[in-house]
Amino acid sequence: MSNTDIEIVVEDPTAPEANSPAVTSNRVVDVVVSLLLLALAVTLGYDNWRTGAGWESTGPQAGYFPFYLSIILGGASLYGIVAAFFSRKEAAETFVMRAQLRRVLAVFVPTVLFVLGTQFLGLYVASFLLISGFMFFVGKIAWWKSLLTAFVFTAAMFIVFDVAFDVIMPKGPLEAALGR
Amino acid sequence: MEAFGLLMHGFAVLLTWKTLLLMMIGLVLGIFVGVLPGLGGPNGVAILLPLTFTMDPTSAIVMLSCIYWGALFGGAITSILFNIPGEAWSVATTFDGYPMAQQGRAAEALTAAFTSSFIGSLVAVMLITFLAPMISSFALKFGPPEFFAVYLLTFCSFVGLGREAKHKTVISMSLGLLLAGVGMDTVSGQLRMTFGSAELLRGVNFLVAVIGLFGISEILLTMEERLALRGHAAGISLRVVLSVWRDLPKYWVTLLRSSFIGCWLGITPGGAIAASFMGYNLAKRFSKDQDSFGKGRIEGVFAPETAAHASGTSALLPMLALGIPGSGTAAILLGGLMVWGLNPGPLLFVEHKDFVWGLIASMYLGNVVGLVLVLTTVPIFASILRVPFAAVAPMIVVSCAIGAYAIQNAMFDIWLMLGFGVVGYVFKKIGIPLAPFTLALVLGNRAEDAFRLSMIGSGGDLKVFWSNGLVGSITTLAFILLFWPVIDRVFGGVSRMMKPKAA
Repeated sequence: MSNTDIEIVVEDPTAPEANSPAVTSNRVVDVVVSLLLLALAVTLGYDNWRTGAGWESTGPQAGYFPFYLSIILGGASLYGIVAAFFSRKEAAETFVMRAQLRRVLAVFVPTVLFVLGTQFLGLYVASFLLISGFMFFVGKIAWWKSLLTAFVFTAAMFIVFDVAFDVIMPKGPLEAALGR
Repeated sequence: MEAFGLLMHGFAVLLTWKTLLLMMIGLVLGIFVGVLPGLGGPNGVAILLPLTFTMDPTSAIVMLSCIYWGALFGGAITSILFNIPGEAWSVATTFDGYPMAQQGRAAEALTAAFTSSFIGSLVAVMLITFLAPMISSFALKFGPPEFFAVYLLTFCSFVGLGREAKHKTVISMSLGLLLAGVGMDTVSGQLRMTFGSAELLRGVNFLVAVIGLFGISEILLTMEERLALRGHAAGISLRVVLSVWRDLPKYWVTLLRSSFIGCWLGITPGGAIAASFMGYNLAKRFSKDQDSFGKGRIEGVFAPETAAHASGTSALLPMLALGIPGSGTAAILLGGLMVWGLNPGPLLFVEHKDFVWGLIASMYLGNVVGLVLVLTTVPIFASILRVPFAAVAPMIVVSCAIGAYAIQNAMFDIWLMLGFGVVGYVFKKIGIPLAPFTLALVLGNRAEDAFRLSMIGSGGDLKVFWSNGLVGSITTLAFILLFWPVIDRVFGGVSRMMKPKAA
């Protein structure tokens, strides 16, 4: 017989509170994104026009196809700006609450640091630091569990990719010192 | 039956210990990916793709497609036991699945979910077995104009039939097509949109974008939610399985209806999400006892699961036959084909018979093995959720980075992935759909080449897209789909004006 009465319970102590104030509305973000896309469309459109967006004896030039796509993208973004500006629905929608943003940054900032670390220390050292640091500081998990998990995971990745499948990752001073 | 003979040959290709082992690994990884929050089918496949770079194409696709089946199975576990849909397409499964678990019928609900997933996939695979060779041999007659018309049809149907705001779909698609064009132009060899950067010379890699858009952004989105969960642990006994299977024939109408809906929406870009909801709603509408839905009715599990899996599987049909993916995950598998040096499209059936039929055979086998695997290992996978997200999140980030780097051995790609992560997060929140972007990015170069080759062939005359009955009707259909909302409104308006007159 199935033992359905056993429950799995996982708590989330650092969950964002539900009544946190909104940082910004969807409308503001939508307008900003549309403006950025418009700028991108203009830049790419100009570049393609410079490359050549016309016709040659052999057919369309290299910039032809992307040039017209930039125009479509620009047109759709312009429409998006206007539509977002008049949208009451989007103005009422919260893009992100302050408590949520704090949590998102709690994962985003370490990720950026991790990528920076990968560039200078190599991927394996950076991932050890990311996992142990994130578990300990953000997840409030015991230090020995954090270090152990990070070590096991990083070592497993190294064995799977570097040793077994021969997929070489960026490496830094530590690996050089160990002669890998 | 030619297809049958080839299929048997496919099985022969598969039945080696190495392939079967890869299949098991793929399924386990896939279920894992499906169960974990913040990781879904598409990003699971994208992250694990680098593992397959050193394999031969057949083993690689078998493992990847098994990851995909596994993810489809895994999504159901969390929906039923925890009321948390692991995937968007398992939302409808929670409606009746979770109430069943609360009533202590979790094992029954899980068996129903896995069995119906199996049936849905099986119907779709049979469809692929017999339809794909036919479509591809028909498509062998296609020239560049026909291919461009088919691409146009795909893009237009996304705009016309998608549920999102039209201009947002257009933005997403044109952005994808533009980014596909960055780097060296394949026809003239000229550089474009690189702005003098050596890193952009390589172009924007499709898989890097996908890992960022689906992997990194999903973690950011998951962090916003409250991650506490309460759920039931369940083991499945053979007795429950047999009793559910004994009742199965009673629900044949539901199963058949959902399979049909799933196959249809999978081939057209409707997707598994729409299919699961439609399957559920239709089962409810045709039921004699509508009020019992949502309170733990087994049909409410059968209907969406069958439809979601039929759709997820049949999305591979246009990919195999025409080289056009029917879903995000299919698009990633297509990206994989190109990495392994295979050219997706109708020629695949001629030039790489072993590969294609091995893949199709692996769909049959993968589903059977997957069914047995999930039925026996549910308790283990359910307990994965005990692992705190604070430990899972950084591991996913590391896996994403490994995946992004391995594709071209470029550090720049990890930064690019991070950038796409932010883009994906913002786009999802303001309702710009990501599927058209993915599709445009993977098809962009091929669509452009087809367009330019037809233009060169015709001497720059756009009439080439209406030059014969076949290409003409595909192009016209594309435009009808593009303006479908407008057409629909006009006809709706006309019939509304007619009604008072008639009355």
